[in-house]
Amino acid sequence: MPEGKIVFKQPEALEDVPTHYCPGCTHGIIHRLIAEVIDELDLREKTIGIAPVGCSVLAYHYFNFDMAEAAHGRAPAVATGIKRVRPENVVFAYQGDGDLAAIGTAEIIHAANRAENITVVFVNNAVFGMTGGQMAPTTLPGQVTTSTPTGRDVKLAGYPMKVAELIAQTTGAAYVVRRTVTRPKYIRSCRKAIKTAFETQLAGLGFSIVEVLSTCPTNWGMSPLEALKWLEDNMIPYYPLGDYKVIDEVEALA
Amino acid sequence: MARVLMKGNEAIAEAAIRAGCDAYFGYPITPQTELLEYMSKRMPELGRVFLQGESEVACINMVLGAAAAGRRVMTSSSSPGVSLKQEGISYLAGTELPAVIVNIMRGGPGLGNVQPSQSDYFQATKGGGHGDYFPIVLAPSTVQEAIDFTILAFELADKYRNPTMILGDGSIGQIMEPVELPEVEPKPPPKPWALTGCQGREKNIVRSMYLLAGPLEARNIILQKKYREIEANEQRHTEYMLEGAGVVIVAYGTAGRVAQTGIKKARDEGILAGLFRPISLYPYPKDALSSLTDQAKVFLVLEMSAGQMLEDVELVVKGRVPVDFQGWLGGRVPSPTEVLEKIREMADKYTS
Repeated sequence: MPEGKIVFKQPEALEDVPTHYCPGCTHGIIHRLIAEVIDELDLREKTIGIAPVGCSVLAYHYFNFDMAEAAHGRAPAVATGIKRVRPENVVFAYQGDGDLAAIGTAEIIHAANRAENITVVFVNNAVFGMTGGQMAPTTLPGQVTTSTPTGRDVKLAGYPMKVAELIAQTTGAAYVVRRTVTRPKYIRSCRKAIKTAFETQLAGLGFSIVEVLSTCPTNWGMSPLEALKWLEDNMIPYYPLGDYKVIDEVEALA
Repeated sequence: MARVLMKGNEAIAEAAIRAGCDAYFGYPITPQTELLEYMSKRMPELGRVFLQGESEVACINMVLGAAAAGRRVMTSSSSPGVSLKQEGISYLAGTELPAVIVNIMRGGPGLGNVQPSQSDYFQATKGGGHGDYFPIVLAPSTVQEAIDFTILAFELADKYRNPTMILGDGSIGQIMEPVELPEVEPKPPPKPWALTGCQGREKNIVRSMYLLAGPLEARNIILQKKYREIEANEQRHTEYMLEGAGVVIVAYGTAGRVAQTGIKKARDEGILAGLFRPISLYPYPKDALSSLTDQAKVFLVLEMSAGQMLEDVELVVKGRVPVDFQGWLGGRVPSPTEVLEKIREMADKYTS
């Protein structure tokens, strides 16, 4: 009899536990991609992750490596503290859009501009998820949330924050891209970007960030499939997918 | 050991280096900036980490990261900056991470001024941020004490896995005095909880969130047990001319130092006055102060504030002896003559 060969399995970097994420939420896919990349690059035993405040605060229960919890928005500062004293480790922060683009704008901009040799996975679902669907800095114009009940009025609440475009302006950033995970081709592309982001850090090339457009069916008031479609129809036009900054040294990694 | 002339802020920085401080994160603010500047030069020379962060908020969270990674780490600031650090100090306490925080106090509230003050006592000793916690707080009155207490702060922080604060004032930070810099052999304890990468062991998690009431309560009971242990073991104070003293002055830091001169003058006049000077402000040296209620006719609390430590003294004395107070509110160091006048008033009122 021919010997069996394992062609697909649960990543070692992911715990075999159910998550608390809502049905149709794409956090699960993004967690999985990170775990797969960490396994592929054989980084699990040297990785230190930072969980944010927001829906993904419990990420340390799902990832199977050392992790810290950061105060709201401070994950890049905590990651900086760890990486500076343990440059031999791989350090990444997982942040949502409230965490990174509202309360944590100072920390993310300065970490990027210092060329801090860390990786950030930025999950943008255009809403504060954990607190029940309030307006985030990334909420689209006219989008109804529990704190913009008649839709986001940009005259009153300002404009959605384009994080990848913003970070790309910093001299210190090495790799800045935006992806999504709404369909298999996008998921493959996102996985590749996360891998490149970690490789950027491994090569000591500086700050890397992957913005991932993500769904929040519960707070958007949609079915999972409706949410995927709404993201593609509404978020991608405002937040175009693509590479916003890839320095030559990162290009050369490919 | 050779004596050298050093400014308080620089002496604290050098003491931290000798205590094995692996990383320093700070932001400029008067009157502590020389500490940051000293670190910016010396830490890279030693191959250690120095980083000027974008804010005190960022710096204290960098401190949290470095502490979580198992290193000895320090930050320093002055009153308005320390207010910003309170978020991170609460998280340090909640996650039980050792770190040293220096507050060289200036006048407040708000922007106040850059003169010496002691008006952050409540903030320092009662927690300061959200939640039930206490940082350990040590108050130097000389540059030499600033050195010795900084070294002690690293030891206590590691021993109890707790944020530990050096609470000085602008005078301690700016004054130059001859000091002895001790040679220290830092011996940080093993830190099996630290984030180092999970090679050869289960993963470590550094967190303060416990969503359910039961687990959070259990967590807080553990923290409170630790604080009781600190209160039982780490009360520190010093005394000056307490023999036969009916007027017992209670003052810490620079106020305590000035009081000493005032007391000497009072003794020259035949007034039996003495000083009880707390060194640990948390834990407050309750036991030793309480034992003075048999001898004291009055406790006179002197502070460069509107009366904050005063409440701790009143809690210890519990009405057994009168407690009087004088404070200086402008960001100003009192003169020994002002202290002497107050001692005379106390002697007339309570001991004659």
